Amino acid sequence: MPAYLDHAATTPLDPAVLEAMLPHLRDTYGNPSSGHAWGRAARAAVETAREQVAEALGVTPLEVLFTSGGTESDNIAVLGLARAARAAGRGAHVVTTAIEHRAVLAACEALRDREGFDLTVVAPGPDGVVDPERLLGAVRDDTVLVACMAANNEIGTVQPLAEIAPALRARGVALHVDAVQAFGRVPLDPSGWGVAGLALSAHKFCGPKGVGVLVLRRDVAVEPVQLGGGQERGIRSGTLDAPSIVGCGAAAALAVAAAPTEVPRLAALRDALREGLCVLDGVTLVGSAERRLPTNVAVAVAGCDGESLLAALDARGVAVSAGSACQSGAVRPSHVLTAIAADPGAGHLRLSLGRTTTAQDVATAVDAVHSAVALLRGAGGGFV
Amino acid sequence: MARVLVAMSGGVDSSMAAALLVEQGHDVAGVHLKMADTPSGLPGKGCCTLDDSRDARRVADLLGIPFYVWDFSAAFQERVVDDFVAEYAAGRTPNPCIRCNERVKYTALLARARALGHDALATGHHVRRDRGLDGRWRLRRAADPGKDQTYVLYMATQAQLAASLWPVGDHRKADLRAMAAERGLVTARKPDSTDICFLPAGDLGAFLRPRLGDRPGRIVDADGTVAGRHDGAYRFTVGQRRGLGLSGGDVPRYVTRIDGPDVHVGPRTALATRAVEADHLTWIAGTPPAAAEVTAQVRYRGAALPAVIDDADGERLRVSFPAEAPEGVAPGQAIVLYDGDTCLGGATIR
Repeated sequence: MPAYLDHAATTPLDPAVLEAMLPHLRDTYGNPSSGHAWGRAARAAVETAREQVAEALGVTPLEVLFTSGGTESDNIAVLGLARAARAAGRGAHVVTTAIEHRAVLAACEALRDREGFDLTVVAPGPDGVVDPERLLGAVRDDTVLVACMAANNEIGTVQPLAEIAPALRARGVALHVDAVQAFGRVPLDPSGWGVAGLALSAHKFCGPKGVGVLVLRRDVAVEPVQLGGGQERGIRSGTLDAPSIVGCGAAAALAVAAAPTEVPRLAALRDALREGLCVLDGVTLVGSAERRLPTNVAVAVAGCDGESLLAALDARGVAVSAGSACQSGAVRPSHVLTAIAADPGAGHLRLSLGRTTTAQDVATAVDAVHSAVALLRGAGGGFV
Repeated sequence: MARVLVAMSGGVDSSMAAALLVEQGHDVAGVHLKMADTPSGLPGKGCCTLDDSRDARRVADLLGIPFYVWDFSAAFQERVVDDFVAEYAAGRTPNPCIRCNERVKYTALLARARALGHDALATGHHVRRDRGLDGRWRLRRAADPGKDQTYVLYMATQAQLAASLWPVGDHRKADLRAMAAERGLVTARKPDSTDICFLPAGDLGAFLRPRLGDRPGRIVDADGTVAGRHDGAYRFTVGQRRGLGLSGGDVPRYVTRIDGPDVHVGPRTALATRAVEADHLTWIAGTPPAAAEVTAQVRYRGAALPAVIDDADGERLRVSFPAEAPEGVAPGQAIVLYDGDTCLGGATIR
């Protein structure tokens, strides 16, 4: 039986989400910005979805912007908040962490390399958790933005935002949170934390691909990145993709409704998976065991190459990730593993669980990893 | 049926290698090796580009086989590209395809294929293998003499031959293109790759100049006079006529020898080489051939000329050419020995 354990890469579309989307793909074809009945029908669906997302996150609907996905949401927040703050003369210093998703890191690096911002990149501890004091210690009087993810996409570590956010709010520094991996898996409180921005991606919680959310506080200034017709408060121009937005709203509502039962169920499966893998000699958990998504098991496998492990598991019908995939599909050394000084001589695997994951999937994956590791270690590990 | 891993460059030969293996009933998986870091946003050219990996992927999709892209760029840089630059710096003319086969494809890749439980590694090389009467594997010239690649595989060992498949070696290139078109492979009409994969537009000078810089020296004529100056001997190879920048003179002059910073030139007659010394000698059979009369090829697309093995002592080889003498024998290139269409082995010209 094949087992899909790559839900951090993407999740299957929930059948109820598909049902919610279908009428809007078939019938409600109006442009949500049009001033007639066709447009109003589509707009009504978009606004319902906006309310669903707002309720799922405990924010007001006007704070919810729809984008094309997590990368765009992160880009708008990082580039837009930093540029607007500098234009207002508030400074040109940005702080982030070394384990952010590339959508945040690359935007921060572009601010530094092309626009003259100062950038401080704070390293996490060896457990993959950022020390709040180190992050706050990097903040200066001219700091205009701190970007810190809620949970890491590769090693699943949950960052201490409840400690970081209030301190930043007290100092009046904008905080952007990439919550793409965290939503539906760990509690998020953007209002209570007072974040300026927070990014979600629908396909990480059983919604469709190509749609995301940027929660943006009403009182922060943002320079738009994409220019045009002024949709979404003028911050994200472009015709709204009503069917996908409907799917995003439905998926957000489902994720929050399912969380009370799903989170403990997945955490138990995660622990069983971790135990099943770590009984092998030389297989160790990467990143904090306590501060971890209920859906993530990241392991280092001594004596095995990561690309080879991935291929061996694929041949056994088990889908996992090794490092991060680049455009051509090659497995590259990951900046996250580098930041926590992971053993470069070991293969690193990420197994990630989701709503469709069963105990059978976990058992299949454990057996497959045991057999792949034995095969590879018996033949030099598959290193280049 | 065997489990076969096929290295898919994105060209027509390796595409057809994969297709033929699938049709023969093997359990096939494809892999594209990422050999270089192509910077994002820049136009790429060569064997390692996104275009080529996409073509390979689309062929694998059509054939319905698993497909992977493996990042071998660090090993390729260290074992092939760095060596290539160092060889030019030392006044030699390296063959990076031989190094890649020797140090990457038939070592690291083959080892990984075996580690993953594949019985064999296949490539799109135009060569053939069979077994001789003594049961040992032999490497044979391809059915298409114009495409034969035994020259870049002379270092193959018995163990490597036993684990290798070269399905296109039995076919002529034109037929392979037609077969690829019949099967709807996107690579059917791709032009042949003739350049070194990591040289953009085949421009050796543009590649070496930033890496080796200015290394000025003299151009010395056959009579010992200084005929000119140059700013890097690495830009020259033995046998080269163009680009010397020599004016006047009644006969065309060729590079005959590179000695430190000095580039020696002479008339074409000075290029003929009666005897060649070489090292790092390997024999495909594992032992030297019984007969000393062989043919020898001193460059990739050169002719195999009648030759006599004067001495084959361990890793050292000395060969003489009793009939026609080869011209422009460049140190760093391989001398590859044949018995008819059987490749016997070879060595690196000193």
